[in-house]
Amino acid sequence: MSRISKEQVKHVAHLARLHVSEEEADMFTKQLDDIITFAEQLNELDTEGVEPTTHVLDLKNVTRKDEPKHWLTKEEALKNAPEKQDGQFRVPSILE
Amino acid sequence: MSLFDHKLSEIQEWLHTKEISVNDLLNEAYNRINEVDGEVKAFLTLNEEAARQRANELDALRGTTEGRGLLFGMPIGIKDNIVTKGLRSTAASQILDNLNDPLYDAHVVQKLNGAESVTVGKLNMDEFAMGSSNENSSYYATRNPWNTDYVPGGSSGGSAAAVAAGEVPFSLGSDTGGSIRQPAAYCGVVGLKPTYGRVSRFGLIAFASSLDQIGPLTRTVEDNAYVLETIAGHDKMDSTSADLEVPKYTEALTGDVKGLKIGVPKEYFAEGVSEEVKTAVRNALKVYEDMGATWEEVTLPHSKYALSTYYLLSSSEASANLARFDGVRYGRRSPQAENMIDMFKLSRSEGFGDEVKRRIMLGTFALSSGYYDAYYKKAQKVRTLIKQDFEKVFANYDVIIGPTTPTPAFKVGEKTEDPLTMYANDILTIPVNLAGVPGISVPCGFSSEGLPIGLQIIGDHFDEGTVYRAAHAYEQATDYHTHKPSLGGAN
Repeated sequence: MSRISKEQVKHVAHLARLHVSEEEADMFTKQLDDIITFAEQLNELDTEGVEPTTHVLDLKNVTRKDEPKHWLTKEEALKNAPEKQDGQFRVPSILE
Repeated sequence: MSLFDHKLSEIQEWLHTKEISVNDLLNEAYNRINEVDGEVKAFLTLNEEAARQRANELDALRGTTEGRGLLFGMPIGIKDNIVTKGLRSTAASQILDNLNDPLYDAHVVQKLNGAESVTVGKLNMDEFAMGSSNENSSYYATRNPWNTDYVPGGSSGGSAAAVAAGEVPFSLGSDTGGSIRQPAAYCGVVGLKPTYGRVSRFGLIAFASSLDQIGPLTRTVEDNAYVLETIAGHDKMDSTSADLEVPKYTEALTGDVKGLKIGVPKEYFAEGVSEEVKTAVRNALKVYEDMGATWEEVTLPHSKYALSTYYLLSSSEASANLARFDGVRYGRRSPQAENMIDMFKLSRSEGFGDEVKRRIMLGTFALSSGYYDAYYKKAQKVRTLIKQDFEKVFANYDVIIGPTTPTPAFKVGEKTEDPLTMYANDILTIPVNLAGVPGISVPCGFSSEGLPIGLQIIGDHFDEGTVYRAAHAYEQATDYHTHKPSLGGAN
């Protein structure tokens, strides 16, 4: 039984904002299915009552005062932009 | 004999007494790069003009540098996923191909600049640090200096190869699942992944934020300890960096391991680990016995689940981290797009390579509604079990020792067809990242084909000192670190 279908791969690609061709979808379906099938070995383990680890060290929340300070100028922030206009990032139309 | 065959402390002494200049060191670096990098392909971008200018400034200070530290004037290579202000930083991805003028320096680069080292250039890697062979670089694959038919390992393959080839005396890499230690093993150099939180990740282009660490690659353990002293420490720009004092790691290098208690995990000698590698590690354990250390077999019972756990967690984190590459603020934008969604999709599809896409999709799947508990959360729970394996061993032992990799380097093209085969190179390094503990790889022998073999020494959280002490004592008792590839004739 396959763990992930081609339709699911296309859906996941859409969620991740990736364009995949039919050919690529076939390839990724096979490869992701192999990887997910392999990963199913984790089900051998009883993890009832085990706390999930999100982070290996005991961390405390780090906060700072909400004060404005110099980081980047507008010119710097826009310097590497593919397209800009009037001091702003320019993007294609959002509404059809 | 190259200047870079010497320890940083020796080179620094010659700089201080003006026997050599910073420009001499840069000549050594760039001449060697001209000589061999056409074959090795370790560098993506060179920084020669700025480096020369910096060298002139530093040369004017020579003789007045007492107490300035060992990195003064030292040429360094930096992995391309570590951001350098004004110096192209691509993470070996087409999506950042045009990032020629980054806005700031990573914390570690600020530290190195403060220590007055000189950046020679940026080093090749697997795209976004996803890979174990450097074959996933979107530019070209770095080759192993010991035999250019073989891979240098990855993802810090350029960082390891540049040091092994004598192009720079030291480099920085990053390690998410073995990306410093595995190439260090394949290229016969010393590479350390610090404890998670020991070194700031500010300015490291993120792959998997709960696993990534920056660390040094060097020819000797002493140099490595020195570089870590320089780059480690708290940084308010990385809230996961530990607010702990940085010890003088070089003071831990006593040469004395009498009474050191070593745990040797039986899982690290399992099926898939080659006989040559097992023999090299067993010989290393004899060296430790002769020095008065003791070792016993221990168990890390969940080791075989580490690979699955790692791929689910690291890919999930990557899918979130790489969402930032959208073609809006910097990086590649597809010229084809007519609307916003197409712009995202086309820019990302044209900009990312297959391995990156595969992991983004795996991560997106593992985090998606209906699968989150079965995959992502399950993997987080298994991570707890893996972490506890290490805690149990470190309750009774000072260090854990085993091989860094199951085999020496493999041939270019040998494992590119099947992702799972490629992933299996990292089975002995991944558990260390999942547990967040420090690990080093040091040379411990050569295969029948003349390729280096690495010994992995793992320590408890924030106990890099003991890792270095154990690695240094072994290095002093052996001569593997003095061997050099015969690349480019003489040298």
